[in-house]
Amino acid sequence: MSELVIKDLQVSVDTEDGPKEILKGVTLTIASGETHAIMGPNGSGKSTLAYSIAGHPKYTITGGSVTLDGEDVLSMSVDERARAGLFLAMQYPVEVPGVSVANFLRTAKTAIDGEAPKLRTWVKDVNGALDRLNLDSTFSQRSVNEGFSGGEKKRHEIAQLELLDPKVAILDETDSGLDIDALKVVSEGVNRFRGQEGKGVLLITHYTRILRYIEPDRVHVFVDGRVAESGGPELADELEANGYDRFLKAQV
Amino acid sequence: MTVTDTDPGTGLDTARDSVASALEQGRVESHLNPPPSYDLADHPVPTGREEVWRFTPLKRLRGILDGEASDKQLRREATLPEGVTLTEITAEQAREIGELAPNDRPSALAVANAGGAVLLDVPADLELDSTEPVVVTLTGEDAEDLVWGHVVVRLGRFSKATIVLRHTGSARYAATTTVVVGDGAELNMVSLQDWADDAVHLGRDAIRVGRDASVKHTSVSFGGDVVRMHANVQYDGPGGEAELLGLYFADAGQHLEHRLFADHNQPRTKSNVVYKGALQGQGARTVWIGNVLIRKVAEGIETYEENRNLVLTDGCQADSVPNLEIETGEIEGAGHASATARFDDEQLFYLRARGISDAEARRLVLHGFFQDLIRKVGIPSLEEQLTATVEAELAKNVLDELAPAGAS
Repeated sequence: MSELVIKDLQVSVDTEDGPKEILKGVTLTIASGETHAIMGPNGSGKSTLAYSIAGHPKYTITGGSVTLDGEDVLSMSVDERARAGLFLAMQYPVEVPGVSVANFLRTAKTAIDGEAPKLRTWVKDVNGALDRLNLDSTFSQRSVNEGFSGGEKKRHEIAQLELLDPKVAILDETDSGLDIDALKVVSEGVNRFRGQEGKGVLLITHYTRILRYIEPDRVHVFVDGRVAESGGPELADELEANGYDRFLKAQV
Repeated sequence: MTVTDTDPGTGLDTARDSVASALEQGRVESHLNPPPSYDLADHPVPTGREEVWRFTPLKRLRGILDGEASDKQLRREATLPEGVTLTEITAEQAREIGELAPNDRPSALAVANAGGAVLLDVPADLELDSTEPVVVTLTGEDAEDLVWGHVVVRLGRFSKATIVLRHTGSARYAATTTVVVGDGAELNMVSLQDWADDAVHLGRDAIRVGRDASVKHTSVSFGGDVVRMHANVQYDGPGGEAELLGLYFADAGQHLEHRLFADHNQPRTKSNVVYKGALQGQGARTVWIGNVLIRKVAEGIETYEENRNLVLTDGCQADSVPNLEIETGEIEGAGHASATARFDDEQLFYLRARGISDAEARRLVLHGFFQDLIRKVGIPSLEEQLTATVEAELAKNVLDELAPAGAS
């Protein structure tokens, strides 16, 4: 069981011209077992929402709250949030030269669980997760994200999702830059995660394409730092047909 | 490796030609590198304003540059595979073998005062595996001891050897080492500066790369109060390759200086330099000078130099100066890169977003930073030791002293 509650979240970022408000009061509840899609045009603040919840130092929370199962997420450090059960699959995963995927995954798993994983089952788990994402076993000897193709980076993110097994996964444009085969592999990974009891997913995307493979319970249209409209999966269909024009016009 | 001239009859002639052409070339015309000379008058006591001395804390050299006579020695222990010899020779014999004349005052003083040299000799055609390295450990007994060192390493034609020169204990030590690598030979050499905190070491490894020979030289500096090491390479014929690697970790108050000089004096030669360092603690100081000279004759050469420094705490200073002097444009490639930075916030965020603590994330990034280089050293037993030493350095300071930035 897990519930991510975002209430009236306001976030600003420092710019050369002083602080700029990006999120202007976001309220969302991702109840246990639900998948929510956040869709919106570029610059609407979708990624800011993801990174603010994960605790990126670039963003300043100016108001509102975020709780996970009642715990105050915003008072936690970045790593505490991850250990509390939040996972952010990043749009641009970062290279860590000289650190192998195997070392990285083991270190992360140890940190999340508070103890080192059992060696025998762990190697099997890692190889299994990589295999399900069409990454061969030599992949674990490569340096984290270094020289990875765009597709490999995203599949590596989803392999981490499987292995670290959080309560709530935030996927920031995991579909961007993927060809259709990679998109299917990634979607299957997300669906395996969702198939477990009580997992929450916040799926941030610019396109409706991924929603053909991952059916959301709720769809929210994000415009200018707030939720402009919420609905069921049919809202995604409408966006597919008409784009964001209706919402952008309403804004003017 | 390029095509090798396998006609055994030409060997001696080639060697003689090389010496002759080296003599004809005469002085190094590089303004960044003083001409080599045995004459102490050519190496006056520096004031600290000279280009080659301006980064070095002269006072902390504790009088080495005064050049007092001393018969103190470092204790020498050696593991020698069969066929390899370690003997004492005269300074004249060292010259006859073809050592490179001193290029600064400490190396000139070392030759003048050491009263003879030590010769590490790997005979022609002897091929030693990297799992059986020649290990020479030099240990200083007392930080006040003034020790002059004069060493010649010779690899015969087509020989292959791995040599580890390890410095421990403490002393005031000035040494010059010439490495003469015969045609087609292959050398992997590591100089490990694992001194106690109060040692001063002014060292110079000068390498002659034979025709089609290949040399990997790695300088590793962890210990010592002041360590200033030269690694110089020049070529006795076309087709020689040199890879100069370095790894250093300066703690509070330490001065670690590495000066490279690749003198491309022959065509179709290669040099590749990668030095990586970390600094932590108040007054930690590193200096990296990478000089490359591409002479007019050096057509078709290829050179690249890279220096990266990771500054772990406030109060550190890293100087990094790549210099390239080019006298011909008819080359395959020449380039350099230098970067000195703190931890990358995005890297740390990525790791921490996976539950890894701030301190552990920093440890992991630093481990990775050096691991790329350590893997290139090519001596398995030493690679493990280097990894362990890096980890120990970190455990000693970084994890305790680092303010947990971004913990809020």
